[in-house]
Amino acid sequence: MNITNETSYLKTFNEEERALYTEDLSVFYGGKVQKLFDASLQFKKNTITALIGGSGSGKSTFLRSLNRMNDRVARVDGKIMFHGLDINKSNINVYELRKNIGMVFQRPNPFPKSIRENIVYALKADGQNDKEQLDQIVEESLRAAALWDEVKDKLNKSALALSGGQQQRLCIARALAIKPEILLLDEPASALDPVSTSKLEDTLKQLRTEYTMVMVTHNMQQASRISDYTAFFNLGHVIEYNSTAEIFTNPKGQLTEEYIQGSFG
Amino acid sequence: MVNAKNRDKIATWIIYFFVGIVVLILVGILGNILITGLPHLSWHFLSSEASSYQAGGGVRDQLFNSLYLLVLTAIISLPIALGAAIYLAEYAKDNWITGLLRTTIEILSSLPSIVVGLFGYLLFVVQFGFGFSIISGAVALTFFNLPILTSNIEQAIKGIPQAQREAGLALGLSNWKTIRGIVLPAALPGILTGLILSAGRIFGEAAALIYTAGQSGSTIDYSNWNPFSSTSFLNVMRPAETLAVHIWKVNTEGIISDAAIVSAATSALLVLVVIIFNLGARYLGNKLYRKLTAAK
Repeated sequence: MNITNETSYLKTFNEEERALYTEDLSVFYGGKVQKLFDASLQFKKNTITALIGGSGSGKSTFLRSLNRMNDRVARVDGKIMFHGLDINKSNINVYELRKNIGMVFQRPNPFPKSIRENIVYALKADGQNDKEQLDQIVEESLRAAALWDEVKDKLNKSALALSGGQQQRLCIARALAIKPEILLLDEPASALDPVSTSKLEDTLKQLRTEYTMVMVTHNMQQASRISDYTAFFNLGHVIEYNSTAEIFTNPKGQLTEEYIQGSFG
Repeated sequence: MVNAKNRDKIATWIIYFFVGIVVLILVGILGNILITGLPHLSWHFLSSEASSYQAGGGVRDQLFNSLYLLVLTAIISLPIALGAAIYLAEYAKDNWITGLLRTTIEILSSLPSIVVGLFGYLLFVVQFGFGFSIISGAVALTFFNLPILTSNIEQAIKGIPQAQREAGLALGLSNWKTIRGIVLPAALPGILTGLILSAGRIFGEAAALIYTAGQSGSTIDYSNWNPFSSTSFLNVMRPAETLAVHIWKVNTEGIISDAAIVSAATSALLVLVVIIFNLGARYLGNKLYRKLTAAK
């Protein structure tokens, strides 16, 4: 498999259409081992972009670099541009940054607190104390995550009593409560059953009107069902990035085609 | 030939046998202490002063001293152990300095308590001039208690899944806010259990106290609330004999005629209090966990 000779195609957008883009992003673990090579991707506003690729292809590493979650574990070189600012610079306040770029993880990780407290905790830590306003945010974010009707009568009950799918939607609601512009999702449905997965996908599709989402997924059908654009990663390189329809029906690269057809990965 | 099924049976019976030995020893010791001691436990025994030469003395002051020392030790050691444990669990890098620190803590935790006692005697009683006093005893017990309490709390903190920390950080919380607001509350039941279990150890400790808190009690006035008065029960500079030290003293240099009864009853009391601590730890830990996970 010769990666460097592979024809690659990377979709680009006008400056004003982009919510976030990277230039030559490379990630090194332990100072030496390179896991991501010069990834340059542009994410369009109010779309869902799926990052696909086999295990170890660097898609999760890439995603976690976008909100600086790799800060303590890896060295990240290159530019991440957000509102004209390179947020990969060391003088960036990562805590403020993460309020603008939220994240939902592979396994639902609600805090062992009440449902309400899960959502308002970060806001309270930020000094927001107006109860009425907090209540309103709780309802708004739970509605946005399509969880309100299921939990509105038990907001003070433990979040751990919810089902896995509900917990994951609570984690989305929690991320939405701090009003980010971008939502990063790291295989958000991989620990869920098919019914919960389809509910989660419906939720994400609806969120597109207000948020820009970047989602890592192992599930081809999921990528084709809900994403607008798809980037294919292989062994730390971005091989192809295009609209999801193009990638799945008319892939330009040999590797992409093989991966989509399921012959490796 | 022994077939696999029989071999499995034999192995099972051997395991049962050894478990039986352990249970038998424990039940034997506990039963012996409680059966010989409990009949002599009375309100009079709990509420009267110890007598130095006559029969019929109680352990009022010893019981109070034991509890008072325990509380003081906990107040001194908890913040230190908590800080050290948070550092070790959350901040310490995995390098040789941390390794050295961990090894030191392990060595300290297996230090014989009599060594801690004599060290406390030389440093606090003699060098610092605290004399035989509650404060000398409390600091010596802190030395004795810190290593185990630190590693108990560290284990409790480390038991919280990494995903919880990531969730906090991804919400824009700082490292410290994540630890204080998410990790520590989740670890609280474990921390509490560690604290109360170590309290049982402190409560039963004698060797570290003989040369620090002393073996004699001064006259104590329980209505004197001024901690700076020498007769006040709150005074930390007075010498104080605890239950465990009392047992030791009655049996080695006591001249009271009912020494056997007094030491049996005191032992039973000591064991009872430790049992109450352990059950309390489990109950409180569970209750707190349920409360914190918001099953209001």
